[in-house]
Amino acid sequence: MKNLITMIKPAILLLALPLITGCSDKIAVLNPQGPVARSQYHLIIWSLIMMSLVLAIVLILFVYVLARYGRKNSKGFDPNDTGNRKLEIVWMIIPVIICVLLAVPTVQTLYALNHPPKATATPAKLAGKTLTIDVTSVQWKWLFRYPDQKIETVNYAVIPAGTPVKFRLHAYDAMNAFWVPELGGQQYTMTDMPMKLWLQADKPGNYDGRSSNYSGRGFAHMTFTIMARNATDFDNWVNDVKQNKPALSLNGYKKLLQPDTVKPQAFSSYPKLAEKDLNKAQMQALEAGKSTKNDSMQGMKMDKNMDMDHNGKGGHHDD
Amino acid sequence: MMDSLLSQKNKSTLPLEYSTEEGDLRIVGFWIFLAAELVLFGTLFGTYLVLQSHTAGGPNAHDLFEIGPVMAETIVLLVSSFTCGLSTMELRRHNNKGLIGWLIITILLGLVFVGLEANEFYTYAAHEGATLSTSAFLSGFFILLGTHGCHVSLGIVWIIGILLQLRKRGITPVTARKAFMVGLYWHFLDVVWIFIFTAVYLTGWVI
Amino acid sequence: MIESIKSFLGYFFVTGDPMIYGADASIALASIGIVVVLTYFKKWKWLWEEWLTTVDHKRIGIMYIIAALLMLFRGGVDALMMRTQLTLPNLHFLNSEHYNQVFTTHGTIMIIFVAMPFIFGLMNIAVPLQIGARDVAFPFLNALSFWLFFAGAMLFNLSFVIGGSPDAGWSGYAPFAGAELNPGVGQNYYVLGVQISGIGSLATGINFLVTIIKMRAPGMTLFKMPMFTWSILITSVIVVFAFPAFTVALALMTIDRLFGAHFFTIAAGGSPMLWANLFWFWGHPEVYIVLLPVFGIFSEVIATFAHKTLFGYAVMVWSMVAISVLSFITWLHHFFTMGNTAPVNAFFSVSTMLIAIPTGVKIFNWLFTLNKGRIEFTTPMLWALAFIPNFTIGGITGVMLAMAPADYQYHNSYFLVAHFHSTLIAGTVFGIFCGLHYWWPKMFGYLLDERKGKWSFWIFMISFNICFMPMYFLGLMGMTRRMYTYPAGLGWTPINIVITIGAFGMGLGFIIMAWNIIWSAIHGKRDTTGDPWGGRTLEWTTSSPAPEYNFAHIPEISTRDPLAAMKEGKTGDLRKSSKPYEPIHMPNNSGIPVIMSGFMFIAGFGFVFEWYWMGIPGLIGVVACMIARSFVYNDHHYIPVDEIEKTEAATGRLS
Repeated sequence: MKNLITMIKPAILLLALPLITGCSDKIAVLNPQGPVARSQYHLIIWSLIMMSLVLAIVLILFVYVLARYGRKNSKGFDPNDTGNRKLEIVWMIIPVIICVLLAVPTVQTLYALNHPPKATATPAKLAGKTLTIDVTSVQWKWLFRYPDQKIETVNYAVIPAGTPVKFRLHAYDAMNAFWVPELGGQQYTMTDMPMKLWLQADKPGNYDGRSSNYSGRGFAHMTFTIMARNATDFDNWVNDVKQNKPALSLNGYKKLLQPDTVKPQAFSSYPKLAEKDLNKAQMQALEAGKSTKNDSMQGMKMDKNMDMDHNGKGGHHDD
Repeated sequence: MMDSLLSQKNKSTLPLEYSTEEGDLRIVGFWIFLAAELVLFGTLFGTYLVLQSHTAGGPNAHDLFEIGPVMAETIVLLVSSFTCGLSTMELRRHNNKGLIGWLIITILLGLVFVGLEANEFYTYAAHEGATLSTSAFLSGFFILLGTHGCHVSLGIVWIIGILLQLRKRGITPVTARKAFMVGLYWHFLDVVWIFIFTAVYLTGWVI
Repeated sequence: MIESIKSFLGYFFVTGDPMIYGADASIALASIGIVVVLTYFKKWKWLWEEWLTTVDHKRIGIMYIIAALLMLFRGGVDALMMRTQLTLPNLHFLNSEHYNQVFTTHGTIMIIFVAMPFIFGLMNIAVPLQIGARDVAFPFLNALSFWLFFAGAMLFNLSFVIGGSPDAGWSGYAPFAGAELNPGVGQNYYVLGVQISGIGSLATGINFLVTIIKMRAPGMTLFKMPMFTWSILITSVIVVFAFPAFTVALALMTIDRLFGAHFFTIAAGGSPMLWANLFWFWGHPEVYIVLLPVFGIFSEVIATFAHKTLFGYAVMVWSMVAISVLSFITWLHHFFTMGNTAPVNAFFSVSTMLIAIPTGVKIFNWLFTLNKGRIEFTTPMLWALAFIPNFTIGGITGVMLAMAPADYQYHNSYFLVAHFHSTLIAGTVFGIFCGLHYWWPKMFGYLLDERKGKWSFWIFMISFNICFMPMYFLGLMGMTRRMYTYPAGLGWTPINIVITIGAFGMGLGFIIMAWNIIWSAIHGKRDTTGDPWGGRTLEWTTSSPAPEYNFAHIPEISTRDPLAAMKEGKTGDLRKSSKPYEPIHMPNNSGIPVIMSGFMFIAGFGFVFEWYWMGIPGLIGVVACMIARSFVYNDHHYIPVDEIEKTEAATGRLS
C-alpha cells in the first residue's frame, strides 16, 4: 500500500494546483491582468477541472484494482473476464462528451481572440480608437514602433490601460515569440509574414514579457516590459519621449539590427526605413544596392562572413 | 525464410517471380517502398506548390517553361514505360532475349529523357539565369524535377545491373523478380512524371 | 603554412573548454581500451563474424539496445548538465553557446538515437519470436538498418569534439537553423546524422510491415496476434508514411545550407514556416512511433502479470489504428501560435483532442485487465503499472495543450517541457525499461536481479515525478524552454532546485539499472525453461536465449495467447512435436551492411564539412556496395538436422 501512495502522490500535487495558485501572484498565467489573459485563464481552469475529473477516475480505479487484486491470495480472480462491450462503450462515450465540453469553449475563445477586447478607458488622443504598435524582434532585443505617435522604444513599451492594443509582430532575423503572460498568450514573430496580437491591460502596472521561442545566444536575455499607464500618463509619456529623447538615426537603427543585447531605450523619432519592416535579407539587399532578385546568393555569402564574427564558436565571452 | 506451405501449393500457377517465398516477400516489400516513395514525392510536390508563387523577382513558371522540350521528355518517358511493359510481357513468356532487348530499349529511352532534362536545366540556367539559388520557386522546381531525374538515372544503373545478371543466368526466379521489380519502379517514375507534367508544367503555363 | 594548419585544427577540433578536452581524452582512451582488449583476447574475428556481419534479428536487436543504452547515457549526461546550469539563477557552469548545444543534442539523441533504436531493438528481439518466424522478411536489410542508424548516431556524436555541435534545438527551426543565421558545421551534423539514421528507420518500417503481414505462423490470423506485434505493425505503417516527409525536409535543409537553395531561408522567398510544417508532419507521427510500441509492451506485460488475457482485445487494436490515423492530422498543434487563422487552429485543436479518446479507452482497458486479475509485482510489471497514472498526467496535460487559446499561454514554456517529458518518459522510457526487463532473459538466458531492478524502478520513478511535476508550475510562472539562465527574484529558484534534485535522482536510478545489468551478467538467475515469467505468447515457447533458427518446427496456432492456452490444457504441446526435423533455410551473414554504412559515414562527414572530394567518393562507395550486393547469389545456407537435434536436446526440447 505504501507503494501505491508514492505512486499517486504526483497526481495529488496536480489536483492541489488550483488551491496553491489561488494565493500566489507569482504564477503569471494564473494571474490574468487583462481581458485576453482572462479568457484564456477561464479556459485553462475549465480544462483543469475536467481533466482533474478524468485523472481522479483513473486513479480511483487504479488504486482499487491494485489494492483488491494485488494481494498474494486475492479472491475474485477471473481469467475469463476478457471484455465487456457495454463498459467499453461507456468509456468511449465519456471521453467524447468531455472533448465536446472542451472543444466548444476552445473554438469560441479562438474566434473571440481575433477581435479587439472591449475598451474600458482611452487616452484623449486615442478617443474611440485602439493603439497600434509595430513590434520587431531582432537577435536579441525587441523594437517597439508607435506608427501614430512616431516614436520608438527598445525592450519596453508603454500602453494605455483599458485600451485595446494591436501588436503587429515582425521578425528581422530569427523567429521569436512575443509573450506577456499576465496580459495574454503569445504569438510568433516571423520574417515573411506580419502577425497580429490584441492585448489589453485592466489597470496600470508593469508586466514582464519575454521571447518564448529560442533564437540563439542571447535568447535568455530577450526580455521586455509592458508598462500600462492611465490615459493621461500615457499621453504625458508620449509627449515626454517626443521632447526629451534623442532621435533614432539611420545608423543608430542599423546598429540596433546587429545581433546583440541592449538596454531599454526610447527615441523621439525613427528613420523612414524602419516603417518598411524589412527583414535581414531585404536589408542586406538594400545595402548592397541591388534588387532582391540578383542578390540572393550574394546576400547569403555576406551573411556568412558577417555572422562569423558574432556567432563563431568558442573563444568569446558569455553575455 | 522457409518456403511456406502456401507458396509450395501454388507454385505451378504463380508467375515465376512470385514462385518462391523470398520473391513474394520482396515484391510486397517493394510495393511498400513505392508507397514511401509516393509520400516522398508528395512532400516535394507540396513544397513546390507552396513555393510556386515565391519567385522573389526572378523568372516565374510562365516566363520559363517551353512546351517543345517538355513534350519531348514526356513522350520519351511514356514510350519507355511502354517498352518496359513489353519487357515484362517477355518475362512472362520466359523469353530472355526479348526481355533483354526491351530493357535495353527502355534504358536508351531513359538516357534520352535524362539528357533532355539536363539540357532543359542547362537552358534555364544559362539563358535565363534561373538556378537553384535564384528563388524559392526555382529551388522547389529544380529539386522536384531533379529528384525525379535522379530516380530515373538510378533506374538506368539498376537495369544495367539486371541485364548483366540476365545475360549470365537467364530467367530464374531471382532474376525474374529483379526484372519485374525494376519494371514496377519504372512505371512508378512514369506516373510521377505525369503528376509533374500536370502540377508543374500545365499549371505553369496556365498561371 | 604552419599558421594555416593551426587555423584548420582550431576549426576542425572543438577547443577552449576543459569538458571537451575531457571528452576527447575519454573517447581516445575508450577506443584504445577496446582495441587493446579485442586484440589481447584475440576477439577481432569473433567480433566480425558473430556481430558486425550478423543478420540474425536477435543479435541485431541486442546491438540496437546496447547502442541505445550508450546514447541514453550521453543524452542523460546532457540533461544533468542542463539541470546543473539551471539549479540557481545566473550560474556560469555552462555558457550560452554550450547550453544551446547541449539541449539540442539532448533532444535529438533522446528521440532519434535512444527512443527509436531501443524500440527497434525490442521489436527485433520479440516480433519474429512472437509470430513464430525464423527471422524478419529481409535480414540483410535489417542489418543495414542497424548499421545506418549506428553510422548516423556516430556522425552526430562526433560533432561534440570535431567541428562543433548543432545548436538550433532538436526541431531545428528555420530560419535560425539555416546558413544565414547559423553558419558552421553544427547544423550540418544534425541534418546529415539524422538523415542517415532516418533512412535506416524507413527500411526497418518496411521490413517489419512485410514480416508481420507475410510471415506469421500458420493459424495466426491478424486478430490472434500478440498486442505488441499489433503495435509494431501499426507503428511500421506510420514509419512508412511519416519518414519520407522528414527525409525530404532534412534533404531540403541540407540543400539550403550546402548549395544555397531557398526553401526555408529569409531571403529570396524561402518559407521558414514550411520547415515547421514538414518537420511536424513527421514529428507528430514520430511521437506515436515511439509510443504505440510501448503500449504494446505494456499490454503484454500487464496481461502476463495479471494472469489474464488482455481486456477488450479488439478495441485495443482499433484504438491503436485510430491513433495512427489521427496522428497524421494533428501536426499543426505544434505551432498554433504561428499566425494560423481561427478555423485552422480550431480544426487542429479538435483533431488533437480526439486522440485522447482512443488513448483513454486503452487506459481503461488496461485497468480492466488488472481488474479480477492476480497481480504479480515483478520489475517489468512495476514499470507497466507506474506508466498508467504517470502517463495519464501527460495525457491530460496534452489535452490542455490541445486547446489552442490556452496553448498560447503554455507554448514553449516549461509547461510544455513537463508535458512531453510526462508522455515520453512515463510512456516511452518506462516502456523500454519494462520491455528490457521482460525480454532480457529471452535475449541472454538469465534474469535481471529483481531486488536491484525494483530499487532502480522506485528511485527512477519517484525522481521522475520530483523532476517534472514542478515544471508545470514553472511554465505557468512564465519560464520558457531553452533559456540557459534566468534572473533571481521571479520565484523560480526553489522550483528549479527541486527539479535538479529530481534529475539527479533519475540519473541514480539509471546507474543502479546499469549496475544491475553488470551484476546479473555474473550472478543472474539462469532461465533454463525459456519461460521465466509464465508467459502467454510464442516467444516463451522456445529456449532462452532462442536458438539461431528460433523454432525447430514452425508452431501452429489456433488461439490468441497460444502458450497460455497450452498451459490451460486447451491445445497440444507447442514446445515439442513428433514430426521429424528438416534442414532449416537461413540467410548468410554479410559484411556489406557495415561496410556500406562506413561509406555512408564517410560521405556524411565529407558533406558536413562541405568537402566534396570526400563526400562524393563516399556516396560512390555506397552505390558500389548496393551493386555488389545485387550480384550476391550465394546468400543462404541450411542448418543440418543433426545440429538442430543437438541444439534442441541441450534445452530438453527433443521429443
